[in-house]
Amino acid sequence: MNKARTVQMTIKGISGSPGICIGKAYIVDREGVNLIKRYPVSEAMVPAEIDRFKNAVRKAKNDHARVIESLDQDLGENLIILETHMVLFKDKMLYGKTIETISRDRINAEWALRKVSRQVRGMFQQIDDQYLKDRVNDIVQVSDKIMSHLVGAQDLKIRDINKRVILVAHDLSPADASQIQLERIKGFVTDKGGKNSHTSIVAKSLKIPSVLGLGKATVSINNDDILIVDGSSGIIIINPEEDTLFKYEERLTRFEAYRADIERDSHLPAITQDGVTLNLMANIELVEEVVSAKDNGANGIGLFRTEFLYLDLKRFPTEDELLQKYKELVELMNPAPVTIRTLDINGDKVNPYLDPIEEANPALGLRAVRFCLENEGIFITQLKAILRVAAFGNIKLLIPMISCVEEIIRVKVVLNKAILELEHEDKIFNKDIPLGIMIEVPSAVIMAEELAGHVDFFSIGTNDLIQYSMAIDRSNRRVAHLYQALNPAVLKMIKMTYDAAQKRQIELVMCGEMAGDPINIPVLLGLGLTNLSMNSASIPVIKKMIRAMDFGLAGENAKKLFTFQTTEEITTFIQEEYKEILPYRETEE
Amino acid sequence: MNKKKIFSQQAIVINEMGMHARPAAKIAQIAMEAVGDIRLSNGSSVVDATSIIDILTLCAVKGSQILIKAESDDDRGLVEQIKAFFDNGFGELENE
Repeated sequence: MNKARTVQMTIKGISGSPGICIGKAYIVDREGVNLIKRYPVSEAMVPAEIDRFKNAVRKAKNDHARVIESLDQDLGENLIILETHMVLFKDKMLYGKTIETISRDRINAEWALRKVSRQVRGMFQQIDDQYLKDRVNDIVQVSDKIMSHLVGAQDLKIRDINKRVILVAHDLSPADASQIQLERIKGFVTDKGGKNSHTSIVAKSLKIPSVLGLGKATVSINNDDILIVDGSSGIIIINPEEDTLFKYEERLTRFEAYRADIERDSHLPAITQDGVTLNLMANIELVEEVVSAKDNGANGIGLFRTEFLYLDLKRFPTEDELLQKYKELVELMNPAPVTIRTLDINGDKVNPYLDPIEEANPALGLRAVRFCLENEGIFITQLKAILRVAAFGNIKLLIPMISCVEEIIRVKVVLNKAILELEHEDKIFNKDIPLGIMIEVPSAVIMAEELAGHVDFFSIGTNDLIQYSMAIDRSNRRVAHLYQALNPAVLKMIKMTYDAAQKRQIELVMCGEMAGDPINIPVLLGLGLTNLSMNSASIPVIKKMIRAMDFGLAGENAKKLFTFQTTEEITTFIQEEYKEILPYRETEE
Repeated sequence: MNKKKIFSQQAIVINEMGMHARPAAKIAQIAMEAVGDIRLSNGSSVVDATSIIDILTLCAVKGSQILIKAESDDDRGLVEQIKAFFDNGFGELENE
């Protein structure tokens, strides 16, 4: 197949993070294909090369066995998955064929392994069954592990890419994205992922332009092709003509000027024209993001997602390891408040070692607090670390995915156990911290008033609330259009939650991505919300907008909004009413 | 030369998830002990029972009829063992 082509080609995807960049494409896949060397091996050296491969497999297996040993006893189910991986290391199709390829093709072990694992991948791609298709990941993971032992010290991770390029990947996990060294990457594009996928959330915080959900980017783009990534409109242009390049260079300049203008005033408080001060905070996932939260003028951390350490270590961290990370964060932010959300694992943040293979619907499965209540040991470890760090700063405890009153009662029982253990161990801690729950399941909205009687604050998680209310998977491109923050049903849910919080006099925060999109701000202010937590990159834009708004007027307008029955009417009304202050968008659909 | 005696058994996948990675791993473990080759077939595709990867490519969903074939008579016991594993739903039925 001849892929050589110099014709300009435009592909439409989903805007991951705004901005424009122009540069050379750099294709990465899980095997880090571009970093693997291929060289011939003489016949005499073949046995040595095979030994080198066997050695790498042995080391990878040993590492893997250690991971299994370090796992919590509670995870019997997951051990079986890990043990499946253990058998895969010596699987004929992978192990046997790689050895065969080394001796037949007389090539180095790395290249032989890559060749074989690609063949296997090809076999799986022809399968219709989605579950089986996904199993290819198990094989890729196993071959990645062997590969990393083969190449030894020269790791083949994204963090090692050392030219200013545009990454082109099939998918980028938050863990992959966190390895990107920003100064080396101009932007990135992926085949998979939707507007509110975690990849996009990470991309926004990194402030590099990205387009996701392109479907076939990795197939259509060749290494070193010139690419234009227009993250604001969600399109990429491959091999642009001179005119197009010129046009985009101009746009790039304009965009940078606009961003500089917004960031200039980001340290000023968010006060409306009629004198209402809003509390804008940042959502973060990594301690490293604190810098950007502070730069962008956040009043605190409204949501600290704690999954990352678990995903990164690929095992359950100890209480002391957790404490150490939390302490870093709290000390950097002190005296500003930090809301720590307990483990929200599963759903779309699957840890390969935790994924219970049987769950056909992980988003509706044993995730977040449900998982924690089932695995009390893991939950208590985290609660103890949070209670301990509370002695060093201003901490709030947030529990995700609460769907009924029983769950919060059970959480409190576990919390008390954690407190008793700490007392018993004579550790320094602080148990007088506000306890809150995420409102992200429709049943919790309906029971908001009752739930409010059990907690100190609510935090509305719009990403899941919208997804569960509209019954759509936000990363499924075919239904992603139904992910509508301004759907009247969603607005009613927010109002119900607000009313319940008001009635019971508890604090209300919104920490979903909805709070970071300017178009939603008039509604949120109109509904009376004053605590908004968002991706830190959005804070300056939202602040600028708030400073131009009138809180009282927003309340009046919100009443009108509730007379509309469709998302379109609501969107049109806001666009008309706030035309002057909504940030300019380039052709976004 | 002796003509190889082929011993075979027919089994049906009865659990919801089909023959997924975990059972495939277990089958491969059993088949590894074989003296000769053990092959599984689903319709026209035939795979090596000692390879999980190969087994997975059979795409055996619930209800698939799988033929377990041993090329050596000494592996009768293993074929029976694999057949029994199919019959008890890969030991996963109690989860449902």
